Amino acid sequence: MSDKAAPAAAAAGGNRAGMKKELPEHFKAYKHVWVFIEMERGVVHPVSWELLGEGRKLADKLGVELAGALLAGPGEATAAAVKDCFEYGADLVYLMEDPILADYRNQTYAASLTDLVNTHKPEILLLGATNLGRDLAGTVATTLATGLTADCTELAIDHEGSLAATRPTFGGTLLCTIHTLNFRPQMATVRPRVMAMPERQEGRQGRVVPHKLALEESSIITKILDFIADANIEKAQLAYADIVVAGGMGLGRAENFKLVQDLAAVLGAEYGCSRPVVQKGWMPAERQIGQTGKTIRPRLYIAAGISGAIQHRVGVEGSDIILAINTDPNATIFEFAHMGIVGDALQILPALTEAFRRRLAVNRLAG
Amino acid sequence: MSETFDAIVIGAGPSGNACAYVLAKSGLNVLQIERGEYSGSKNVQGAILYADALERIIPDFREEAPLERHIVEQRMWILDDKAHVGGHYRSDAFNEEKPNRYTIIRAQFDKWFNRKVREAGALVVCETTVTELIKDGKGKVIGVRTDREEGEVYADVVVMADGVNALVGSRSGLKPEVKPETVALAVKEMHFLPQDVIESRFNIGEEEGVVIEVAGSVTVGMVGTAFLYTNKESIAIGIGCLVSDFTEAQVRPAFLLEKFKNHPSIKPLLAGSEVKEYAAHLIPEGGLPAVPQLFGDGWMIVGDAAQFVNAVHREGSNLAMTSGRLAAETIIEAKKAGKPMTAQVLSAYKKALENSFVIKDLHKYRRLPKVLHHNKHFFTDYPRLLSQAAETMLRVDGEDKRSKEKKVTKSFRSTRSLGGLIGDMFNLARAFR
Amino acid sequence: MNIVVCIKQVPDSAQIRVHPVTNTIMRQGVPTIINPYDLFSLEAALQLRDQVGGKVIVLTMGPPMAEDALRKAMGIGADKAVLLTDRFFAGSDTLATSYALSMAISKIAETEGPIDMVFCGKQTIDGDTAQVGPGIACRLGLNQLTYITSIESLDAAKREITVQRRAEGGVQVLKTALPVMVTMLEGSNVVRRGSMPNVLRAAREPITILNAAKAGIEDLTRCGLKGSPTVVKKVFAPKPRADKAKLVETANRSHTDIANDAVEAIFAAAPKLHTDLLGRVAQA
Repeated sequence: MSDKAAPAAAAAGGNRAGMKKELPEHFKAYKHVWVFIEMERGVVHPVSWELLGEGRKLADKLGVELAGALLAGPGEATAAAVKDCFEYGADLVYLMEDPILADYRNQTYAASLTDLVNTHKPEILLLGATNLGRDLAGTVATTLATGLTADCTELAIDHEGSLAATRPTFGGTLLCTIHTLNFRPQMATVRPRVMAMPERQEGRQGRVVPHKLALEESSIITKILDFIADANIEKAQLAYADIVVAGGMGLGRAENFKLVQDLAAVLGAEYGCSRPVVQKGWMPAERQIGQTGKTIRPRLYIAAGISGAIQHRVGVEGSDIILAINTDPNATIFEFAHMGIVGDALQILPALTEAFRRRLAVNRLAG
Repeated sequence: MSETFDAIVIGAGPSGNACAYVLAKSGLNVLQIERGEYSGSKNVQGAILYADALERIIPDFREEAPLERHIVEQRMWILDDKAHVGGHYRSDAFNEEKPNRYTIIRAQFDKWFNRKVREAGALVVCETTVTELIKDGKGKVIGVRTDREEGEVYADVVVMADGVNALVGSRSGLKPEVKPETVALAVKEMHFLPQDVIESRFNIGEEEGVVIEVAGSVTVGMVGTAFLYTNKESIAIGIGCLVSDFTEAQVRPAFLLEKFKNHPSIKPLLAGSEVKEYAAHLIPEGGLPAVPQLFGDGWMIVGDAAQFVNAVHREGSNLAMTSGRLAAETIIEAKKAGKPMTAQVLSAYKKALENSFVIKDLHKYRRLPKVLHHNKHFFTDYPRLLSQAAETMLRVDGEDKRSKEKKVTKSFRSTRSLGGLIGDMFNLARAFR
Repeated sequence: MNIVVCIKQVPDSAQIRVHPVTNTIMRQGVPTIINPYDLFSLEAALQLRDQVGGKVIVLTMGPPMAEDALRKAMGIGADKAVLLTDRFFAGSDTLATSYALSMAISKIAETEGPIDMVFCGKQTIDGDTAQVGPGIACRLGLNQLTYITSIESLDAAKREITVQRRAEGGVQVLKTALPVMVTMLEGSNVVRRGSMPNVLRAAREPITILNAAKAGIEDLTRCGLKGSPTVVKKVFAPKPRADKAKLVETANRSHTDIANDAVEAIFAAAPKLHTDLLGRVAQA
C-alpha cells in the first residue's frame, strides 16, 4: 500500500521541519486565507461565520484576500450561503456545486477540497472543529502532508508572516503556540463560539470562483442510507445562550443542581456544568462547558462551585460578565471572573434566585 | 480449566512484593493478585524505607530503587499546645556508603518493587479483588475466587498479604475481623517545597533527610502520634490515632491534621509550601496480642494483615518485608523437600518469625498498647508538665534554681500525685521491658 | 476478520499538576491510563470479533512503558499486542504519528493477513486533535467512519458495514465497504471487564516490539520531530488577569443582602441586560 503523501513530503525543503522558517520555493506562491464554509442540509454552521471574522483579521494583517471554500449541492440554500459569505467578510468564494456534494461524505469532500487547494494554493486554511470539520481536516492535512493544529483558542500572524496557533496542552493546564513553518497550507481548526461572531455587512459583495471536480457516484464507496434527525429539540442550546448558570463539584451532590436550574429558570437562561460533573454522571454530556465541552459567550455567566481550571476557563472566557461563587477565596476562578462571592453556593444560589425574581417582578408590577 | 500455581500472593504492598519476589526468584510459579490499579495505588505510608530488610531481598536495590533522602537526623518531640520538648540524634555516621534508612514515596517505590517482582518471573494481575479462599472438603485452602468472570485460580499455598483490613482472611473465617482499638486511622499530606528550601530549613545537604516523630497534646488526649519527613522536594506530614479513640472523642482526623500543621513548632517548617496530595489509611496498632493465627493448611498471613507493626518505633514496612521473605523461604524449603503445604509444615514460618526481630520486638512491646490505652494522660498531662518544666528551668528571671526545681516537682506531684507518678513509671518500664 | 485497535497511553490528566516554581508539567508519579476514548473503540472491536470471529490486535506507539497499556488492553480481551517504539519517534506530531502507525499496521498485515478494520479512539485527552485516525485511513486507503454511535451490521461475506454516525442535528446512516477505519463516540457501548483467563494471558503473552526498522520504515525523516510539519514554538501558563474578581462583601452579612448586592452590581455593569430581561419576563 503506497503512501500517496510521499511525493509532497519529499519535495518539502530537504524534509527538515525545524524551528526556523525555511519555506521551500514552491510554497512561496501560496497566498490568501481560506475558511472552509461548512454547510449541511441547507444550513451553514455558524462557526464558519466566526472563522470568517477571524480570517478577516489574519488576511488584513497579511495584506491578502479572504476566501470562503463552499462545497454543497446545487440550490437556493447554496446561493444564499454565498451571499452570506460576502456579508460576513469574504472577498471571494470558491464554489464547488455538485449533487454529489449535497450530503457530507469524507471521500467526496476530501477529494474536492484537496483538489481546490492544489489548484488555488492558499497559505492558510481554517475549518470549524465540528464532527464534520475534524473528519475532513485530518484527511486533507494528511493528503497534503501539511501541518494541522486542532482546537485553537487564538490565531495570529507573527513577525515572519506565519500563522501562530495557540491551544491548550497537557490536559489543558498550559497553553502552547504551534506553527507550521515550512509547509502549506497552514491548517487549523477552531471550536464553535471560541471566536466572536463578526458584524454582518449588509449588501457587501464579492467574486465567485467556481470549481469542478469530476467525481462519479459509482466510484464513491460510502453511501448514505438515511439521516435521522434528533427527536429531542429540547436539547441544550448552551453555545448560543446569552445567560448561562453552571455548577461544579463544589455543589456536592447531584440533587443540588436543582438550585442551578432554578436560577436559570428565573433568568430564562441555559444551565450547564463542569467536566467532572459529567464524568460523575450527574449531568449529560451536552451540558458540559469547557474545552472539550461547549464554549459559551453569554452576556452573563454564573459559575457556582466551580474551581476554574483552565479547561473550564477557555470555554467561558468570552463571557461579558462572569460571577463566580466558591467557598475557597483562593479558587482559580476568581482570577478571571469579573465578580465573586466567597460563600456557600448552596445558600447563595437560592438567594440569587430570589433576588433576581424580586428585582424583575417588582419592576414588572411598576411598569 | 483453571490454572494451578505453586503459590498465590494476595496483595502487592511491601509484604506481598517481598514474598512474591523471593518465591519467583527461586523459580516457583507465582501469581500475585492486587486489587488496586497498580502496585502501590492503595498504599499510604509516611514513608520510611528500612534498608536492611530490603537488602536481604534485593541486595543492590540502591542502584535502581526510587529513593528520596537518606536519614541522618531523628528528632523526637513531645508537643504541648504551644511548645515542644524533645531530643535529637544526628550523626554523620549515617552518611555511609549504604545508608540505613531512607524516606521514599510509596506509590513510586511500590511500582518499582513490583516491576522487580514481574522481572523475577511472577505473574501479576491488578484491578482484581480476591473475594474468598477456596477450600477443599477437609478445609485446606486450595485457591482463591476473584471478582472476574471465570475467576477461580488454584495454588498449593495462598499467602495473604492483603493489608490492615485483611478482608480475605476474616471473610474466610481464618482470622477475626479487625477491632477498632487495634487500628489507628492516620491522615497525611504531601507538601511541595523546593529542594533548596528544604535543605536550608532543615539544615541538611542534598540527599540527606530528617525524620521528626511527634507525640503529645496534638492528639487531643487520644492515643496517637504524628510525623514529619523530608523528601527530595516535598514534606510528608501526618497524624493518626486509634479508631476507637476517634469514635469516642468524635474528632475528625482532618481537624487533627490542621491543628498539628498550625502548631507553632510545626507551622514554620511548612511555610511557603503547597499541598500536593492528601491521603488516609489504617495502621495496625494492636501489637502482639492482636496478631492472629499466622498459618494453616495451605495458607499464611504476612505484613499488616498479620498486625506486624511496631507502634513504639513506628516500624511496619520492614516487618512487612521480612515476614514476606520468611513466608517465601518457608514455602521454598517445603517445596524443595517435597513436603505438602500443611499447617505442620508451614509452622516453620512462625518459628522463623519468632527467631527474628519481628516477633521479638512485638513481644517486647506487647503490653504497651494496653498501657497507653488506659493511661491517656501520657498524651495530655506529661507533655504539658514536661513543657512547663523545661520553660521554668530555661527562663532566666531572677528566681533561684532551687525554687524553680521545687516548682517543677510540685507540678508533677500535684498533677499526677506521687502514687500516680510511680505507677506511670512502673507501667512504662513494664511496657518497654 | 483481522482488526487492529490503536491505543495510546496517556497521563491521567485529572491528576497532572504544574510545578509551582519552574512552571513545567510534573509528570512524575502521575499514573498513566489508556486514553479513555480508545476503550470504546476497543470494546466495539471486541464485540465484532465475538460476532464474526477473528483477531483483535492492539497497537500503540510510545515509550517502553506503554507496554502496560497494551497488557491492560489484552486484559480486557484483545488477542495480541504490538508495541511500536523507537527514539526516532520522539517529538512526532499527528502527521508523523499516523505515518509510523500506518507502516506498523502494514507490517502486522504481513504476518497476520490483510487487516479488515482499524479502530482508533475519537481523540486523546492529552492531544485532543482527533487527527491520527483520519491520517491512518488516508494513508492506508481505508474508508473513514468517525464519530460512530453504533455499528448496525457487519456482513463479513459481502465485506460491507453499516453504521450510525453522529452529525449536526442528527445521525447519518452510512454503508461502506471494508477495509475501514472507525472511531467510536464515547458512551456508544459499555467497556467490558476481562475475565480471569484474559488477565492471566495478558500478563504472560509476549508483546511484539517493532522499532522503526522492523516496522519497515526506511525514511526516518518522516518520523519524529523531522517528520512533523507542526512545531511547538512555546509553552506557557495563561496570563493572570490584571485585576482579579471584585468580591462582594460577605463578612457578617445575610445571604439575602449578598445576593442583592450581586444583582445590583451585575445590572450596574450591564444596564441593557437588565432592560432585556425585564422585557423577556414581561412577555413570559
